[in-house]
Amino acid sequence: MTSTRTVWLLALAALLCAAMVLLGLCIGSAGFENTVGSLIGMGEADRAMAQQIIWEIRLPRTVGALAAGALLGLAGALAQGLFRNPLADPYLLGSASGASLGVALALVGMGGGVGMVGTSMMSEGGVAVSVFSSSIWVRLGLTGAAFAGAVFAVMLTLSLARGVQHTLRLLLAGVIVGVVLGAITSLVLLFSPDSLQAMQSFLLGSTSFIGWTSCLLMALVWLVCVVAAWTLARVLDGLSLGEATALSLGLPIGPLRAALVAVLALATGTAVAQTGLIAFVGLAAPHLVRALARVPHRQLMWLSSAMGALLLGGADLLARWLIAPQELPVGVLTAVLGGLYLLWLMHRGGGSLGGRGA
Amino acid sequence: MKFFQLPLRRVLAWLALGTLLLSSAQALQVSDDRGRVLNLARSPQRIVSLLPSLTETVFALGQGQRLVGVDRYSNYPESVTRLPQVGGGLDPNIEAIVALRPDVVLAATSSRSAVRLEGLGIPVFALEPKTHADVQRVVGKIGQLLEVNDPQRLWREIDAGVSAAAQSLPANVRGTRVYFEVNRGPYGAGESSFIGETLTRLGVKNILPAKLGPFPKINPELVVRENPDLIMVGLANFDGLEQRPGWGSILAIRAHQVCVFGLEESNVLVRPGPRMAESARIMAQCLADKSPKKPAAAK
Repeated sequence: MTSTRTVWLLALAALLCAAMVLLGLCIGSAGFENTVGSLIGMGEADRAMAQQIIWEIRLPRTVGALAAGALLGLAGALAQGLFRNPLADPYLLGSASGASLGVALALVGMGGGVGMVGTSMMSEGGVAVSVFSSSIWVRLGLTGAAFAGAVFAVMLTLSLARGVQHTLRLLLAGVIVGVVLGAITSLVLLFSPDSLQAMQSFLLGSTSFIGWTSCLLMALVWLVCVVAAWTLARVLDGLSLGEATALSLGLPIGPLRAALVAVLALATGTAVAQTGLIAFVGLAAPHLVRALARVPHRQLMWLSSAMGALLLGGADLLARWLIAPQELPVGVLTAVLGGLYLLWLMHRGGGSLGGRGA
Repeated sequence: MKFFQLPLRRVLAWLALGTLLLSSAQALQVSDDRGRVLNLARSPQRIVSLLPSLTETVFALGQGQRLVGVDRYSNYPESVTRLPQVGGGLDPNIEAIVALRPDVVLAATSSRSAVRLEGLGIPVFALEPKTHADVQRVVGKIGQLLEVNDPQRLWREIDAGVSAAAQSLPANVRGTRVYFEVNRGPYGAGESSFIGETLTRLGVKNILPAKLGPFPKINPELVVRENPDLIMVGLANFDGLEQRPGWGSILAIRAHQVCVFGLEESNVLVRPGPRMAESARIMAQCLADKSPKKPAAAK
């Protein structure tokens, strides 16, 4: 497939993203409303509030959902390429369980005093920490904890599987590490009921509280990750022809693979730390791209990011639109949207999902 | 003395006979919230409760001594903590319950344990207290089950307590616009929840109308838009409240009109049971302390 098609697809995705951002400005607790029109006609006080709702809530939330989706889409493409397995997703290898364990430990560590501070702790000076706090330090801390957890989990998986050579052993080790770390997270939370409630909404995944800090953090990390993945992705094309062929091509497989695993962990950890565990985006995005175009991995990195962004961005819009002012869980919508589309593609095309983009 | 003895003995004999006849003809019959009719030979003496509000109701009816086991969330009154715990309402330890040989198990209608327990021959009395009216009904049903004299007296006390809390408030607190967050989902307490009903009786305006249901998961933007005068929130959900995107401008947060309830208070507030009067007092105290409509001098 020529890269012209990639460029067209990317342009189309960018256009759709822009449309989503515009739509995102108009969709909120009142359902759909023409914000631009109402901004002009409003009184001073109302206008200030409307502006604030748009700039501080809707815009970062929309852009943030797109960025988180892009991170997950990228991580999905990396995981499926690295492990040559169409079932791989960023949460494989236990990275998501590791990330949530990291967040749980950070919560317990930072917010351990919540129960003891008592009612005297009022507006100011609270030391307690929220998963949805927008303070840059909290965000960085949680991201760091999630990243560290994800890296730890991946390392554990890799050492259990004794390297990445045996895909089956790797997947099995990943599943086991995921389950064990998930159980440890439950155990940690069991002994710290105060953090349980905070963690619960986190485990379900939510885009409700994405502020500018989270949004910018995710956008920056995505940029770093996608450029890194784009630079390194040729090894994935080599790998898709088989390990031996890749070696015979003279690719330094080991170091490249390690670097890509690090990028995978960083992308996953960053997304998880801001939005919690949102399932299915990472799994579906690369498949949806492959159904549209067969591209080399370098281009898949960009396209899968774009697809992930559209998927999560769309899910976020629907989550706040369908039953406004109430909200649907965004994870449910990603699964429904992505799943139905994927099923439709499978029944229509058949071949494209079985094949591997190379 | 002798004058009284004979008739008394005769009356007692008749009573005994009557009781015997009654108990053989119609044992204690009570229907629970599932519409299931419980047939018991006599009022249950060994009770396991799987819901804190039901535990509290049994105690408030003066029958606490009949409880032999409770779920792990039941922690009031204090003597409950000395009873064996049999897991949570949603994940009860069936074996532990059976080992306690209860005459009846009190559970929420949503508890999955009912079928399993009934299969093992243990009667389950399932109740679902969700609104003020439900609490009144549940008090009546448990009273009936425990053969308590005039159980509705307890409800009248609760009801009077809520009214008293409402009357204790100065008139200028009325109409304060309140957001009550139950969970950082965020889930809020709507007008149709029992918390919302209490708020309504206190004369304040809930920003979540009844049509959203009792505990809706809302778009956080709604709170910014509704701009409440006062926010009520449990300590567990309080951290980071002001840092949520856009929330810094909410009237309640700018003016520090946020009531943060400690763990003990939160327990009282979220249980639709006999402590609803205390719950109303806690909310009234919050309104009296933090409501913007009160005279500035009192601050």
